[in-house]
Amino acid sequence: MSEPVLEVSDLGASYGAIQVLRNINFVVNAGEVVVILGANGAGKTTTLRSVCAMVATSGSVRLFGEEVRTHDTADIVRRGVAHVPQGRGTFPELSVLDNLRLGAYVRKDKEIASDIDQWTTVFPRLGERKDQAAGSLSGGEQQMLAVARAMMSRPKLLLLDEPSLGLAPLIIEDLFGRFAALNKDTGTTMLVVEQNAEIALDIADRGYVLEAGQIVLEGTSNELHSNDAVRAAYLGA
Amino acid sequence: MTRFAPHISERDLDMASRPKWLNGSTVLYAAMAVVLLILLGPIFRGGSQLFLQRVFDSLNNGAVYAVTAISLVLIFKATTLINFAQGNIAMFGAYVCYQLSVKMGWPVWPSIFVAMIVMAIVGAAIERTLIRPFGPADHLPVVLITFGLASILLALAGAIWGLEFLAFPSPFPAKPGDRFTIGGAFFRYETVGTLLVLAVMLVVLFAILGRTKMGLAFRAVSSNVESARLVGVHTGRTLQFGWALAAALSVLGACLVAKQTNLEPSFMAKLTIFAFAAAVLGGLDSIGGSVIGAFIVAVVQSLVTGYGQQVAGFGWLKSNFALVVAFALILVVLLFKPEGLYGTKRIERV
Repeated sequence: MSEPVLEVSDLGASYGAIQVLRNINFVVNAGEVVVILGANGAGKTTTLRSVCAMVATSGSVRLFGEEVRTHDTADIVRRGVAHVPQGRGTFPELSVLDNLRLGAYVRKDKEIASDIDQWTTVFPRLGERKDQAAGSLSGGEQQMLAVARAMMSRPKLLLLDEPSLGLAPLIIEDLFGRFAALNKDTGTTMLVVEQNAEIALDIADRGYVLEAGQIVLEGTSNELHSNDAVRAAYLGA
Repeated sequence: MTRFAPHISERDLDMASRPKWLNGSTVLYAAMAVVLLILLGPIFRGGSQLFLQRVFDSLNNGAVYAVTAISLVLIFKATTLINFAQGNIAMFGAYVCYQLSVKMGWPVWPSIFVAMIVMAIVGAAIERTLIRPFGPADHLPVVLITFGLASILLALAGAIWGLEFLAFPSPFPAKPGDRFTIGGAFFRYETVGTLLVLAVMLVVLFAILGRTKMGLAFRAVSSNVESARLVGVHTGRTLQFGWALAAALSVLGACLVAKQTNLEPSFMAKLTIFAFAAAVLGGLDSIGGSVIGAFIVAVVQSLVTGYGQQVAGFGWLKSNFALVVAFALILVVLLFKPEGLYGTKRIERV
């Protein structure tokens, strides 16, 4: 098998004196959708931020076989990682169009305009509102903008931080349907952290369960879905 | 909840219980209307020619306040900080221009241009060495540094060029007869020139911010630093660009006004306070707003100092009260409409 897209080993992360992650190990292979499940405060967001070098970490983060743990965020983005942060992370004062242009900030090719056309076709609401300030969009629209902006960088690895948060169930279903389609159509590798295990396991190939800063369980989506502990903790069964 | 929601303070709730028309803007406009109303008597007694003259005289100030206010706004947008050294960066640049033009005999405009570039480089160096080592959220040390920087530049200018007033060359025709007449009032060519420079500067600035990649990055950092990093923007370099741009613009403002005030190490001090008032009034994060604020401040300043003494009981209101007017304005805005006329209401993630 070829080199994994992302290989995290012995990862630790801390905010000041507070150790948030301990001894985290996981792998994301090319073309996969991998989910990390965890409750509030388990360290999901920190795990994603560690991949992008946005927190102080120890251990190893290998991207396409290369150690990038100590690189800076802008460099990791240039290596093909797009991160959709929790709370969408759009630029609220900037127009939808400028948000999309910023998604392509690291690109130097001439196809940026045609990519904008493409993503505003995939998400017609964004096309209709392209000159509006991103902050005036609804929560669901902002999440779509955040995803479209991330895709504008033509990422090899897409990191999604709790995309379902604060959205209505129907919108969540639509959104995850789009993630699955995106993965299938573009082959983009995805790492999703979620609390909503039901919908996340639906689109994921494999998953990990994070508890109190440590990985306590891993398996295929089917295995996790039928695991009693996961069912009790995340699926309300 | 992670959606963007307007930050609601107790004061907003208090405001909500009042009638709808009684909001920050109305209070602000009402305050300005009251000031004008008080001045109405002397304005009528003085006649339209004098009134026009006072307004024309204020336009030059307005344009210079605007340029200086924009340089404050640029830094504020990017860092939510007031750069207290901005006025003295501008002052130092004016001395560089003086050195080139008066001492070395260069023509005025190339001198101004080179002074802008020199101070842009200085601004970029200041950002890299004194500002960047501190985290963007670490406001107190950076504010203290800008204060210290202001004193250093002041002392340095005094040491190099002395403390006496120096005559500064005018970038525009400024002989006594260089003016035309509108409604009996004089409109000086200098004022026309200053307004034109402001207009050109705004066009260039909006083109840089709106149409270049660096401008896009600057607006991204201003809007959301974390997300800017996540799309690959080098935030440090972008802020450095902001410092350089702000320094260059403020030098331009200082060079436009130095002919009228003469050059002296603290010649930008008062002017920077008026520019600050203009920026607060217009909205500290709004470039267009701060230009409008600058002209409002300049006109109000000119009318209050020009007519104020003639209002019964206000004989003590000499022109040195102009600064008090500026501070009163800042206070009223901060109390009743903290985001200013055209600024964005503060948005917080809750």
